[in-house]
Amino acid sequence: MAFSFDLLLEAIIFGLLLGCFYAAVSIGLSIAFGLLDVPHVAHPAVLILGSYGVYLLGQYGVDPILAGLMLTPFFFLFGAALYRMYYETFEKRGNSAAVSGLAFFFGIAFIIEVLLVVAFGVDQRSAEAAYIGGSLKIDDLRIPYRLLVAFGVALFLTITLTVYLSKTFTGRAIKAVGQDEAALRLMGADPVRIKQFAFGLATAVNALAGAMLIIVAPVEPTMDRIYIGRTFCVVVLAGLGSMSGTLAAALILGVTESIVLMFFGASWAPAVAFGLLLVVLAVRPKGLFGR
Amino acid sequence: MRFWIACLAVVLAATGLVMSGVNEYLFFAGFVVLQAVVLATAWNILGGYAGYVNFGVPAFVGAGAYSALVVHMSLEAPLIVQILAAALISGTLGFLVGVISVRLRGIFFSIATVALVFILETVVINWRYVGGATGLQLTRPGEGWPFDSYTRMLFWVMVIMAVAAIAIARYIQDSHIGRGLRALRDSEEAAECTGVPTLRLKLIACAVSGALLGAAGAPMPMYLSYIEPYSSFNLVYAVSALAMPIIGGMSHWVGPLIGALLLASIQQLVTVTISSELNVLVVGVLLVFFVIAAPDGIVGLYRKWKASSK
Repeated sequence: MAFSFDLLLEAIIFGLLLGCFYAAVSIGLSIAFGLLDVPHVAHPAVLILGSYGVYLLGQYGVDPILAGLMLTPFFFLFGAALYRMYYETFEKRGNSAAVSGLAFFFGIAFIIEVLLVVAFGVDQRSAEAAYIGGSLKIDDLRIPYRLLVAFGVALFLTITLTVYLSKTFTGRAIKAVGQDEAALRLMGADPVRIKQFAFGLATAVNALAGAMLIIVAPVEPTMDRIYIGRTFCVVVLAGLGSMSGTLAAALILGVTESIVLMFFGASWAPAVAFGLLLVVLAVRPKGLFGR
Repeated sequence: MRFWIACLAVVLAATGLVMSGVNEYLFFAGFVVLQAVVLATAWNILGGYAGYVNFGVPAFVGAGAYSALVVHMSLEAPLIVQILAAALISGTLGFLVGVISVRLRGIFFSIATVALVFILETVVINWRYVGGATGLQLTRPGEGWPFDSYTRMLFWVMVIMAVAAIAIARYIQDSHIGRGLRALRDSEEAAECTGVPTLRLKLIACAVSGALLGAAGAPMPMYLSYIEPYSSFNLVYAVSALAMPIIGGMSHWVGPLIGALLLASIQQLVTVTISSELNVLVVGVLLVFFVIAAPDGIVGLYRKWKASSK
């Protein structure tokens, strides 16, 4: 498509909206992998699981965002249990379990994916709500309400978590466990319990992010594969464990993807996140805001 | 010596089987099982010996399949040339991945290899010559000299590849390369300090592993008479190639062989009797089960049993 500044502006606006959404789907991973060092490759699969939960509740007329909130306690327990399992079988054994730990989460991701295929089939599923479908018109620009809703919720989520992690006692403990586990133990806190709580929190946030995902676009069970690229790209680009960095990195990814989509076509878009991820890993593995 | 006699016996038995009048389906299913043996063995050279978890198996398999397709279309090259071209391209890809491993370890390495899958897939989808997103229908030769059918010949070729892959893995395991890789798996810094040429060994392991993975993918277009990007670069290859060595045991070359024979046979059975979705579920469940309950795989269980029965 020919280059024009109007198009570029449109691409950037959409990119920023998309970027906020990417921040929402990545922030759980930013905690689980960035702060806790858990190789959580099943994060995107849990995200899609959240979307399907929202879809299921939607069948009974529950609003997607409300459904996402309703799912959070269950996802919290699921996350805490998953971490407990990971801790008991791998972290306790120490470094030699690195290969198995990765394989464990990769296996979990595939189990979730296939269970979704078996339960719902491979067709695309979408949610229904008043704000899905319509769009806001400013001059020639049409911004779909669903993107705006996702943008709002994502921004709220990111800011809340950033404040929570830096201001509250538990939040600071979560950050501390990522920095120096032994020191935290000396302070009389139990790192395993804090990690378990944090992992539960990360998974609970993922339920809400799953709701955003199905609001923004229809989902299908194998979609987690492409989100491996998007979420890890955001977290690595941000620098492990940096919450504000997560938002910035997600915006960079959103804008880049949106520009590529607009000027090169949709068939190139899936490679953007993975390409950017490779570049970051090769050039600056610490990320933009790394510790 | 016993190993080589066994290899010869397997090849001779396979040749006899292919010459006999056994049902064609056996070869069709057997091809998949043997391909799994090559994939698992190749993955284990890097993943098992060196501890670098490659999630990017589909990138190598797909690169192999498409390299074979390109030389088939442009030069009408015979199968053996297709396989060599695939091994060359995927081996080069493996070498590049090895270069990446200088800076990336653990999960970062794994994620980088996943990235490779999607980048290659996107390139192929946008490449008209090889059919783009819709893929290509191929007409394969009706017969595979000197055998009665092309499927029989492909099966026979896969037997040779499986034996070759195992021989290579066995050689690497027992040579200085294997010792060096095991040392760097346990501690890369310590290995480097004691004079193990870690980078060179990693590059060798990556290139050999990649070349074998690509070679295993090369016959795919001819096997299916069809090729398209989504199934060629399917992450199911990654989870299978990872699950089989873990289930069999990663420390010995026989582990991936056992895991692949076991898992791929179960998968064939499940696909035929129940459904193809469930066969991925079987892989996932067995993978998670073994990783938790028996991290050293079947080989580990056997060793434990032998030690306790003494």
